[in-house]
This record gives sequence, structure tokens and C-alpha cells, in this order.
Amino acid sequence: MSHGSFILREPEYEALLSALRKLMVDASAKVVFLVDKDGTLLASAGDAAGFDTTSLASLAAGNIAATGGLANLIGEKEFSILFHEGERDNMHLSVVADRLILVVVFDRRSSVGLVRLRVRQATTRFAAVMATALAASEEELEVVEELTEADIESLFK
Amino acid sequence: MSFINYSSREINCKVVYYGPGLCGKTTNLQYIYKRMNPDTRGKMISLATETERTLFFDFLPLSLGEIRGFKTRFHLYTVPGQVFYDASRRLILRGVDGVVFCADSQLTRVDSNEESMENLRMNLREQGYDPDRLPLVIQYNKRDLPNLASLAELHALLNRRNVPEFEASASMGIGVFETLKAVIKLVLIDLKRGRRQ
Repeated sequence: MSHGSFILREPEYEALLSALRKLMVDASAKVVFLVDKDGTLLASAGDAAGFDTTSLASLAAGNIAATGGLANLIGEKEFSILFHEGERDNMHLSVVADRLILVVVFDRRSSVGLVRLRVRQATTRFAAVMATALAASEEELEVVEELTEADIESLFK
Repeated sequence: MSFINYSSREINCKVVYYGPGLCGKTTNLQYIYKRMNPDTRGKMISLATETERTLFFDFLPLSLGEIRGFKTRFHLYTVPGQVFYDASRRLILRGVDGVVFCADSQLTRVDSNEESMENLRMNLREQGYDPDRLPLVIQYNKRDLPNLASLAELHALLNRRNVPEFEASASMGIGVFETLKAVIKLVLIDLKRGRRQ
């Protein structure tokens, strides 16, 4: 079986980034991340410099996966929204377009209600971009097609 | 499922270390973490119990350099080996590109290895993978301990696919990087083959 790969090209990446930036402003958020359900960061907007984004992506995916397991135990497909409340900052996680996780970090300048509303409004934009990205994933990609044994060996020198 | 980001020019792949409880999956990752240049590896995350048994997973991101202008990133995960954590193991296998099966070579653990391999195959099928085709490497760990099963016996029990196999003593670092290198090669070869199908 080929489980394939997901390819994100420049136009779709820019479209995701633009949707993230709009969401960040609309929701008065500090920073927003878009993460693949497998735990890879796709894009972020806001001041992500202070975050270990690789770890954040992996743990967000683990979080959604674990609560998805809990959902299955009570006969639900998944819990599509999670909210974590901290002393200063809060985190809102939601599943969009089936395979992505939208992570919104916000403080008291916003509210969970506003974030939830803006995330819901943004979901269709992300879904549309993802549909295009998935269609483009089927096309050939030179870097993989031309991969040689020598290229792979060069990684270990 | 590997993720190729054309904009940031990155190839991301996921490798999972699987095997019975206390076989040395976390020890493999800890050794890799210790020996890799800090510029090429990220922070290691361990979601473990107070007694340092893996509760959900360990995670170690590696950046291995570039292929044709694309940075290659590998996300290494371990699963909790204890039998009753099966739900967590299934979740961690989602989107996997390659598996390292870490076997405990001690005679007393032969049955646990077999059971864990069967569990891996079942969980892969459940996630929609063909367990006979997914990139797999087998590591026979703890070769430094007494009372070991022979390699021939372990091979016959665990390696019916005849995939690359390595003797190891992860606590001393023996065989750890050989195993890692083998699985990375298989994943990249499979990535190319997958695109052709």
C-alpha cells in the first residue's frame, strides 16, 4: 500500500498564512498555529518566536488524538474543540478540514467566546485551501521523483 | 504520511519505535538525543509516569541535512510498551512512515516480543497500512545481558519479512545509529516508490 505524502505548495501555503493572520487579528489572539494531525507544524502567525513550535505541534496532535480516543469510548467520532485555561494565557484547539488542528493562544484581551466564533468563521477558508492543497498533492514532485541512493547516503556523511 | 512543505522546502517524516515494555525504545531515543549535535535535534519530550515508564509517547525531532535543497526532518516517537496501553499505541501509529521494532533479546522476553510484533501488525492494519510493506527495521536489543535468545531464534520468530536487522545495546549506544540510519533510508526509498504508484 502506498500511504503517500501530503505536499504543501507555495500558493496554498500563502493562502493558509493569510487565513491565519486574519484569524489572529479577528480573534484578538497572541499567536495561532496550524498543525497536521500527524504532529507537524504547517504554518503560524503572530509572535511564534518564543515557542518551541515543533514540540507544540507534536503535543497538540497527541492531545487531539488522546481526546479522540476518549470520544470513541463514549460513541462520539471526536471532540473537535478543546480549551485549556491558564493563569495568563489560554489555548483553544480545534479540528478543521478533518486533518488539521488549529491552535489559538490568547490572553485576557480576548475571550473563549470570541475565539470560538472566529475559529468557526475561519474554518471554511481553511477547508477550501486544504481541498486545493490535497488535489495538488497528487501531482508529481521533482524532489522525490529524482531522489537517488547517493542523495540518501549524503545525509549520513 | 510524510509531509512535504514546498514553501519552507522541508520533507517531514514520522518514525515510530515499537516493542514490548522495557525493551529499550526510550533508551534508543535518549542515546540519539545525547549524541546528536544540538543544532540538528530539537527538545526531547517524554510523557512518562513518575517511575519513568512511558505513559503516552516520547518525541524527538531530528534535522538531518538537505536533499536537493529540501531540509529533511524526522520525528521519532516511541509507544508505551505495556500491554494495557494499546489505545495509545494505535494513536501514535497514525501517519507513521517507518517503524523500528525494538526486541528484548532476553530469553524470558521471547513471548513478549512475539506478542508485541503481532500487536504491531494488527494495529497497522487497523490504521489502513499493509504491515508487510511499511518500512520496518528490527533491533535485537540488550545483547550485552546474560541469558539471551539466539539471533537465529529471534530472526525466525520476528523477522519473517526479512527486513534489515541489527544487534544492539542501546544503553551503551551499540547499534542505535545503525538502526536509525537503516529506517531513514527505507522511509526515503519508500517515499520515492510511493510517488510512483
